[in-house]
Parts: sequence; structure tokens; C-alpha cells
Amino acid sequence: MKKVIEAENLVKKFGDFTAVDNITFQVNEGEIFGFLGANGAGKTTAMRMLCGLSKPTSGEGRVAGYDIGKEAEKVKANIGYMSQKFSLYNDLKVWENIRLFGGIYGMGSDEIKEKTDELLKRLNFENEKNTMVKSLPLGWKQKLAFSVSIFHNPKIVFLDEPTGGVDPATRRQFWELIYEATDRGITVFVTTHYMDEAEYCDRVSIMVDGRIDALESPMKLRETYDAKNMDEVFYQLARTAKRNGG
Amino acid sequence: MLKYLIEKEFKQILRNPILPRLILVFPLMALLILPLAANYEIKNINLCVVDNDQSPYSRKLVEKIRSSGYFVITKTAKTYDKGLEAIEYDDADVLIEIPKNFEKELIREGKGKVLISANAVNGMKGGLSSSYLSSIVTDFAGEVRSEWIEAGTGGGVPVIEIMPLNRFNQNLDYHSYMVPAIMVMLLTMICGFLPALNIVSEKEAGTIEQINVTPIRKFTFIISKLIPYWIIGIIVLTIGFGVAAVGYNLLPAGSFGTIYVFAAVYVLAVSGFGLLVSNYSETLQQALFVIFFFVIIFILISGLYTPIKSMPEWAQTLTVINPLRYFIEMMRSVYLKGSGLFDLQKQMIALLIFAGLFNVLAVVSYRKRQ
Repeated sequence: MKKVIEAENLVKKFGDFTAVDNITFQVNEGEIFGFLGANGAGKTTAMRMLCGLSKPTSGEGRVAGYDIGKEAEKVKANIGYMSQKFSLYNDLKVWENIRLFGGIYGMGSDEIKEKTDELLKRLNFENEKNTMVKSLPLGWKQKLAFSVSIFHNPKIVFLDEPTGGVDPATRRQFWELIYEATDRGITVFVTTHYMDEAEYCDRVSIMVDGRIDALESPMKLRETYDAKNMDEVFYQLARTAKRNGG
Repeated sequence: MLKYLIEKEFKQILRNPILPRLILVFPLMALLILPLAANYEIKNINLCVVDNDQSPYSRKLVEKIRSSGYFVITKTAKTYDKGLEAIEYDDADVLIEIPKNFEKELIREGKGKVLISANAVNGMKGGLSSSYLSSIVTDFAGEVRSEWIEAGTGGGVPVIEIMPLNRFNQNLDYHSYMVPAIMVMLLTMICGFLPALNIVSEKEAGTIEQINVTPIRKFTFIISKLIPYWIIGIIVLTIGFGVAAVGYNLLPAGSFGTIYVFAAVYVLAVSGFGLLVSNYSETLQQALFVIFFFVIIFILISGLYTPIKSMPEWAQTLTVINPLRYFIEMMRSVYLKGSGLFDLQKQMIALLIFAGLFNVLAVVSYRKRQ
């Protein structure tokens, strides 16, 4: 199977603090890869290195076939990213945000227009086309942010706690969008705190204190740790953490 | 790619509840109010008169001083010491003592003496009021002499030429000195502050993250931030020209074209500097303080308010690395002397260097990756 993300001995240090401690893993093309861990375990830092937003202190990585150290800008052209903090422009309208990012990724005006209408229709969002983004409810903001992050059809999309703070019904809808993306052949790399969401992933890794302590499919993990559900797996591993969450 | 980014910048600026109004109203207000308020001309000086002579001539002199319009006689004292008390209690700014026998001496010897003491706590006011007073007195002496000559009295008195005093006309030239200076200040503030706050506010909002994860080129990003301020600068300058022409009847002796060409380069330099500050700041507060610090220094050592030649040598050297200095030199020579591009090559080269340097640094210091 083709690997679209390969990390080898990746390390990120901030002064004396080792945020990411020598992680090695691969992600296969087309899979949904869950990246779990307690607060402060180093998930976001690891993800930012893979997206070319943060320089690794040491180690190597390839994303979409490009070296994250030397070819960060080429990596960026082939991925989508949705950060933990909502980061679309609040003072732009829904269609203007879509147009801006479509344009930045090199799409033409007509193509953007056509795909925008299509997207808003699929999301049942046509009435909100001219709404200022700041007045959307959180759940809608996150759906929009996700849609914008895959608007340019990237090979891989990185989602950093995409469903934080929204209700279960909206989370469910959000995951339907994720499945639609994988149907289009996009590989999904997602961090989450919700263990029910972990069950939706093809494979999950669990980070503890900057290291990856487990990496398997959810089913195999439950067997290995003799647990009823992913919650228990997570507790067993997270208990060993020495860092304080936060 | 650039098209979409510039479109976005303009939408954001126009939708900001304050910025568009600030850009239009700030230059108008500043140019209409500041030249009238911040005026070197001093009026309503409180005067204490100590008239020991009480003669027709002394009264005539006092009357002349009063009618000049610059002085208000707030106190008349019997002795010099009493008069000085008035100054100490701040009832008067300046004191004139007319000695006993002022009239007699004036008639007999053709010369009179008066004593002027000014409170120089406010040095500017003190200096100006005593020089106003002494010129009124000189003027008075002249009038007296010409009266005598007409009347034929004291035929031997030589005709004394009275030097015309431009001092009182100072306020007439004042606007042409102040208005171009305020235009420069406005351009520096608006095109320096706004870019300085721009990138850092994207950092605070978190939107910079979504930009940094795209393959956008650093150069394109900085250009997209520069162009809006470039256009805003030209708008501000045009408003300034309008107010100067309509409000103060002030037109440059040289051409508007020269000023626009210089302004185009100058705005690039200050906006580039603003973006540079923004790149190095983590919060709006930091950016604001840093740009405030630099703009104040730029303005104070630029020759805008105080002539460079009267600065200490080290400060004169510092003005060489101040882009504002070159812009002001250009502005004054175009407005007053009518210089053209050819006469101002030195200033143009200096500004081009600053514009290039600041913007290259702004591109380099913008980090897409930590």
C-alpha cells in the first residue's frame, strides 16, 4: 500500500522541553488516521511539523511525497489543514472565504464559482452564501472550515480537533463529511478527544508524553488491552503520562 | 493569486467599523484644526504697565501697545517691584516700565528709555512677547520723530529710518510652513501605523495560520499587504492637497506630479517599515508601542518642527537614516521653491533605498514556519 505520510524519528524541542519525542509512523493512502493523546501530549506540534508550519528539531518526514524539512512549500500545495482554533476570516462572507482560499491554491475564478455553488448545495448552505462568517453558529463554522480545507482537492487533509465543542448531532454530520472526503480519495489525518470518534478511524495512534505508545486499528487495540471500548484503552495508556495536561 | 488577496484586504478595510472613516476624517480634521491651534503666533499676552511718567507721550505709548492687539493690560503698578509681584503671581507675562522724565528726555535729547521684563518660564512666549514689545516701542519712537520733522520742531533731528519688521507678519507665512508638514505627518502615521497593526492582528485572530499552511509565496503575501496602504496614502495626500488649496489657498510652487512620485516611494518605505514591525510583534500591543516609538522619533528628528541645522551634530547624523527627513525636504522645496524631480535626485535615491531595504526585510522576516 502506498504511504502518503511517513515520519521517522521526528523530534521537536522548545528549549529544554521535548514536545515531540522521536515518533515514527506511516499513514496509508486513503485511510482515516486517528491521532489521539491527552492534552499536551504533543499532537498539535507533531501535526504542525507534518504540515510545514513548524520545523522539526531532528528526524525526517515525507508528506505527499515531499520532504517536510526541505520542501515544505511543496507539501503545503498538496495538503489541506484545519486548525484547532477557527481560522477563517470572520469579516468575510461565506463565499468570499471560499473564493480567497480557492484563489490562493491557484484555482481560476470560474472554477471557484462553480465549485462554490456545488459545495453550498451539498451542505444545504445556499441561504448562507452571503452571511458574514462571524455570525455563523460554531457547528456551521467548523463544517465550512473543513470544506474550505479540502476545496482545492488536496491529497491529504489534517484536522486538529475538528469537532471540539459541538453537539453530538453536528459531530455525526461532520463525520459524514469526512467519509465523503475519503470517498473522493483524500487521506484524513485527524486528532480528537472523543473516543467514539476514534472508533470511526481505520487506524489510531495514541500519544503519551510526546511518544507514540500504541498504533493499531481500534479493534486490535481493544483486544490487546483487553478493553470493552476505546475509552478504556485510552485510560490505560494515558495513566502512564507524567506531563500535566493543559 | 495576488488578485484574491488584495480583494480580501480591501473588503476587510472597508468593513472595519473605524478605518474608512479614520482615513477620510483624520486628514481633514488634522489639516483644518492643527494649523489654527498649533500656532507659533502668540496673542493675548498679559501686560503690566508701570508708568512713572504719566505724561501725554507715555500714555500714547501705552495706548499704542494696547491697540496692537497682542497685549491685554491686566495690571498697572506704581513701582517696578510691585509690577514684578504681578509677574510672580502670574497676573502678567511681561512688564514695561516707563521711567520718570520719559517725555522730557524724549523731547530734549531725542531719546527715551523703557524697561521690559518678561517671564521666560515659557521661553518661547517670553522671547516673543518682549520682541513684540520692543518693536512696538521702536515703532513709536519712529512715529514721534516723524511728527517732529513734519512740525518742524527740533529741525536738527536727523531722519531715522525705521526698519520694516516682518515679525508681525510671521503668522501670514505660518500656514505654508505648517500645512505641508502636517500632510507629511499624516502620511507617516496612517501608512506606518495601519500596516504595523495588520499582520499582527491576523496573528491574534489565528487567520495567519490558515494562510501559512498554503503554498502562498512570502513576496506575494507582503505585496498584497502593501498595495492597499499605497492606495490609501495617495488618497490621504490628495485630501491634503485639497484642504491646502481650498482652506489655506496654498498651492505648491512646483508640480503635484513631483510630490505624487515621491509620495509613492515614501509610502512604500513607511508601510514596509510598518510590516516589518508587525512581523516581529506577537501582539497588537507590542506592535503599537514599537511603531509609536519609531514614528515619534522619525518626526522629532526629521526637521519637521525644528530645523535640522540647529540640532546637535550627533542628531544631525541620525537624520541621515530617517526617511521622513528626505520626504520633508522634498515637500518644502516643491511647495516653496518649486523644485522638480531633477533637483531632488539625492532625496529620491535615499527614499528608494529605504523603500527597497524595508520591504526586502519585511519579506525575509515574515515566517511561514516556526
